[in-house]
Amino acid sequence: MEALRKKARELLEGKAAAVVIGYGEGSGGKARAVFIRQPDKAATLILDDRCVQNLAVYLVKNEVKSLGKAAVVAQPSTLRTILQLASENQLTDGLVMALAVNNGQVLELTSFHAIEEYLNTAVPPSEAPGKARGLSAEDRAAVAKIEAMPREQRWQFWVNEFSRCMKCYACRAACPMCYCTKCVIESNQPQWIPVAPTGIGNLEWHIVRAMHLAGRCLNCGYCVEACPVGIRLNLLTQMLTDEIGGDFGAEAGFTAKREYALSMFKPEDKEDFIR
Amino acid sequence: MADFEPKIIAFVCNWCTYAGADLTGTSRIKYATNVRMIRLPCTGRIDFMFLLKAFAQGADGIMISGCHPGDCHYTAGNFHARRRWIVFRRLLDFVGIDTRRIRFSWVSAAEGAKWAEMVNTFAEEVRQMGPYKDICKLDESQLQPVGA
Amino acid sequence: MEKKILKKQSLGALFDAIKAGGRRLLGPVEKDGRTTYEEVSSPAELAKDYIQTTTSAKSVVFPACEEIVRWQNEGHDVKVADLKPQTTPTVVFGVRPCDAASFAILDSVFSWDYNDEFFRRRLENTTIIGLACTKSDEYCFCTSVELNPGDTRGSDLLLTPIDGEQYLVEIVTDKGKKLVDAAAKLFTPAGNESKEKVLAKVPVKFDQKKLTAKLPALFPKENAWVDQSLACLGCGACAFVCPACVCFDIQDESGRNGGTRLRCWDSCGFSLFTLHTSGHNPRPVQSQRWRQRIMHKFSYFPERLSHLGCVGCGRCSRACPADMNLVEHLSALVEAADGQ
Repeated sequence: MEALRKKARELLEGKAAAVVIGYGEGSGGKARAVFIRQPDKAATLILDDRCVQNLAVYLVKNEVKSLGKAAVVAQPSTLRTILQLASENQLTDGLVMALAVNNGQVLELTSFHAIEEYLNTAVPPSEAPGKARGLSAEDRAAVAKIEAMPREQRWQFWVNEFSRCMKCYACRAACPMCYCTKCVIESNQPQWIPVAPTGIGNLEWHIVRAMHLAGRCLNCGYCVEACPVGIRLNLLTQMLTDEIGGDFGAEAGFTAKREYALSMFKPEDKEDFIR
Repeated sequence: MADFEPKIIAFVCNWCTYAGADLTGTSRIKYATNVRMIRLPCTGRIDFMFLLKAFAQGADGIMISGCHPGDCHYTAGNFHARRRWIVFRRLLDFVGIDTRRIRFSWVSAAEGAKWAEMVNTFAEEVRQMGPYKDICKLDESQLQPVGA
Repeated sequence: MEKKILKKQSLGALFDAIKAGGRRLLGPVEKDGRTTYEEVSSPAELAKDYIQTTTSAKSVVFPACEEIVRWQNEGHDVKVADLKPQTTPTVVFGVRPCDAASFAILDSVFSWDYNDEFFRRRLENTTIIGLACTKSDEYCFCTSVELNPGDTRGSDLLLTPIDGEQYLVEIVTDKGKKLVDAAAKLFTPAGNESKEKVLAKVPVKFDQKKLTAKLPALFPKENAWVDQSLACLGCGACAFVCPACVCFDIQDESGRNGGTRLRCWDSCGFSLFTLHTSGHNPRPVQSQRWRQRIMHKFSYFPERLSHLGCVGCGRCSRACPADMNLVEHLSALVEAADGQ
């Protein structure tokens, strides 16, 4: 933590960054995102187990971009998000610096390539670079539990989950990959997805959002954190991550090159349901 | 259930399946009248939202059909579609939507008989499954305000 | 104000009497770490130990989505069904005094220049059984906005648990009296039991009068607003959980056979909230939208409607995924005003 504060201070004093985005003490004993612009405020940065919010969501906001070059305290999910955003041309190489903290040392990752290298060597679980890392055992078990239910039970489970949805779109606002300036929900000629927080509207919203994230989601879990009524959205995106990893050997956020599974294909893709 | 005639929406590509269905007609092969065809230039044009909309508006079954892989009029449209369906179908299944009610096929412009067979078989299967009310009736219970 | 005593063990009988009268009964129910208002039949279903519910009771009078008109196409004709609001008499149990006070805020907007019948009919048919607070947390700030944990405003009956066995019942309105009369034998006259001893002590956290007076001068100070709002995601959760937020959007959804006009909750935090059809947006950045939220609740409301637009329930801060703590921000604004 001290090393991080020192680094942040250095960067700001030397004008290497205009703002350091990191974590600070929040209310209720939680950590919150902080935007340090004065060197002496660098002492308020913290880094511990509470710091899980994916800060990359701020990198695509105009208000933050307009502050200048940003250095962001990067947990593995944030690093992956930066690469995924880079692969989608949402970030400019050299204008974002990631500060990765490993074993008490702060590494300045100043280019997408540097982040790629770091992720492929230093971040567990260690599998051969380029291969899909997949879900943790815990996540896989949660997905499997749903899949084990008979279809009607699964349907009821999801209808119940979605019935709490108030269409506040906190899930969308919290997600760094939801950066479309005109979201599909805002399309009203035609109104693809009903705005009403009722049965069909909620079902379609969550299915469409999951599909738009398929192959792009970094599984940071911020969408579930943000949801005021705790809908288990991450089950959908995790299942899809698993699917895309299994079928196409692709997983988001390990390279700055575009490898979006749904904009590519292989003639030998296999399926068993097309007659 | 004896009088139930399923409503089936078929999203088909113009160059292969639609032409194939035309051939079915010109060959005077009879097939189930349950199907409503929606013609698109290519299966690659089919947004997965079309399927959701079809179910939301009361379809009991959906068919999606296009050119065989390698034969797409636009070279790769059906390859993209294939990937999309692989992912979407798993999502639908995960959410508990009845994927038996969605039939995917490759039907070329020469396969008039195959089209008829696909439609007849599918229409019978859906007839046996009964009407699909899960999605289109969702709103009815929820538009009345419940508690808080 | 007439006072009575209700034994806690009689709560079940009270619920029965309420439901026997054909009323819908809602109460706070805990599930998966969240407390929300659901239909209940017995006190056993109620959340045992909650400071505040996750979502407010405002959807009882102002639902998240309400159909206000429905139409059907019949040949060349259009048949319009003028929908009447649901008027099932409803009793909401366990409403905190801050939430109870919020109904007046909603009412002032819905009767300001147009009498909103949908809201009005629902409010008329709703009885509020308030539950005074014996505990508070760091997010509560009712005492900073002219309320307190035992305030009777907005409740038809206010229950204060004066010990482990009984509630002090204050009969605030005629509606409350009707409810008591419907189960009269459950209530015994009160002596001079005081609720002050058990009420939560919520310290005043900022000078609201000063804030309201200084806000207009703070309006053009961009930096103050930008600093506060950098972390804001514009997600809308705060407006949706807030009992006093009343903004809505009207949307028509129609097909070939007909359609429906819906009134749904909206949030000034959404980037599209003020987007014009021309493409111009008078509040294009989050700092201006954040400023709007504060100004609306603490400056425009008192200016136009003589009361605040906030009841200090703290839900916005609890629900915010970016931990935008309202008390912190308001205190910072008062300080900024001091520096003027």
